[in-house]
Amino acid sequence: MTPAASASALAAAQAARRARRVKLIKTIGIFLLIAVVVVIMLFPFYWMVLTSLRSQVDNVSRVPVWWFTPTWENYQNVIARNNFLTFTWNSFVVAALSTGIGLVLGLPAAYSIARFKQDGLALAILIARLTPYITYLVPWYLAFRALGLIDTYLALTLTHLIVGMPLIVWIMISFFEGVPQDLEEAAFVDGATRIGAFMRVILPLSTPGIVAASILAFIFSWNQFLFSLVLSGPNTRPVPVAVFNFISYGQIDFGGLGAAAVLITLPVVILTLIIQRWIVTGLTMGAVKG
Amino acid sequence: MKTASSWIDRNARYLFPLPAILAIVVLIVAPVVTNFVLSLYDYFVGGRAFFVGLENYQRAATDPRVWNGIKNTFYFTFTAVPLQLLVGIGIAVLFNRDFPGKGLARTIILLPMVATPVAIALIWALMFNPSLGVMNYFLETLGLERSLWVAQSNLAIPSLVLVDTWQWSPMIALILLAAMQGVPSEHYEAARIDGASGWQSFWHITIPGIRSAIVVALILRAVDALKTFDIIYVITEGGPGTASETLNVLAFKTGFQFFHAGYAATLLIFLMFLVLGVAVLLNAVRKRT
Repeated sequence: MTPAASASALAAAQAARRARRVKLIKTIGIFLLIAVVVVIMLFPFYWMVLTSLRSQVDNVSRVPVWWFTPTWENYQNVIARNNFLTFTWNSFVVAALSTGIGLVLGLPAAYSIARFKQDGLALAILIARLTPYITYLVPWYLAFRALGLIDTYLALTLTHLIVGMPLIVWIMISFFEGVPQDLEEAAFVDGATRIGAFMRVILPLSTPGIVAASILAFIFSWNQFLFSLVLSGPNTRPVPVAVFNFISYGQIDFGGLGAAAVLITLPVVILTLIIQRWIVTGLTMGAVKG
Repeated sequence: MKTASSWIDRNARYLFPLPAILAIVVLIVAPVVTNFVLSLYDYFVGGRAFFVGLENYQRAATDPRVWNGIKNTFYFTFTAVPLQLLVGIGIAVLFNRDFPGKGLARTIILLPMVATPVAIALIWALMFNPSLGVMNYFLETLGLERSLWVAQSNLAIPSLVLVDTWQWSPMIALILLAAMQGVPSEHYEAARIDGASGWQSFWHITIPGIRSAIVVALILRAVDALKTFDIIYVITEGGPGTASETLNVLAFKTGFQFFHAGYAATLLIFLMFLVLGVAVLLNAVRKRT
């Protein structure tokens, strides 16, 4: 090998090594950036949990206390002293009822929109989702007040239906569109009625979609604050409003707030893990497929 | 029996959606119509209603608090949405590759958008606390000065924008990520062979490929940002003073703290047209692209 050739081989090897190193640094940089994103998204939740497990003394320390012996005191206080279980039950009842009614009303509507291409109806339901919820609230408040229905499950369920039903309809439209029409035709040939085919062929085939839509509607009702703030009362107060009142009165109990925040969020996180594929589809009213 | 079911079958297209249509008429159309009627009256909850014609509208048009609310609504929306679009594009680009723990990372970034807004708002309020909050600890650690965050008028909305951006950038990211996966990989191959840099292929292939997804994300976010209520009401209640009072929060206070139902209805009609107007406008943009 001539000296010139070996020198150029050496240079090529060096260049390759340099390219590998640049690539490695780039990969590490990207990993670090991803880690930063994840840490930022997680931090408030981490802080929520830390706050809930710290004693009041540690919580009001001027320098944040990162390491400490966890205490369950805040959870005990929130649950025992603040009727937290009652509020949780209220939230559960309203979320379950509004989701159930939302399914009964929404499933046939979604099927009809999918099968008969009723785009106008789909658009009307989308507009209901886009309009600020507060627009409906003043008339609803006046009506419920006149009927003596403030602080009833009925008032909360009906208004939470505004949140849940459009969601169910929009998720289910795309689901029903995916069910092959032949299966339905076959049921008709076998003498099934439209309702029979819907109940015994279409719905069972759409179970995954129905589960996802129900869980999403449940989460949205669970998270609902505005309607509950105005229409609930001592007998029906759901958790978000109860926790909000928590800060409005008296001195701030940081640990208690943290514990309450963890307790509201935990069911949502668990449900989210079950249907994570559907979250974005639900939040975008089906505009984006998961 | 047979005839009944065949009648149902013939009219399925009307009967199936009927219960939902009735619910929409009662729950949604009726209140909107009521608002138009209410806006013509001077009416406090529990008091007598006086017909005043368009006086509420005239009053709103010259009410500095309404203009402040409109200004704050726009300020919040048009800072938060572009910011979270940029952050969202960044996250989407980062996540658009295989890396260990990708599934877990995707799950984690879902949490801000699904967690109960009241809980999130409370935690951010604690974090913003000027004397004890962890945000000031971070500032000091970075060698910066402590801040009053939401307790200072001119920082209230920027702080709320920060919360909103934290909460919603991941949704934009996931929308765009779904779109990026639909861009054919041959296009990137071709660009690479032509010697395009990473930046060039991002600019000339990725962005055009996901343009419609960007507009969809913008529509959804703009519409939701205009009517943001939970985090603003819980963290600042529109304060300090009226520094972060958006039209939404002002309408809420007018209706349920001052119980001025007629005037609140007028503001709600403003808000409704504002939101639907922006939605229609952005949708027109979407159709043109």
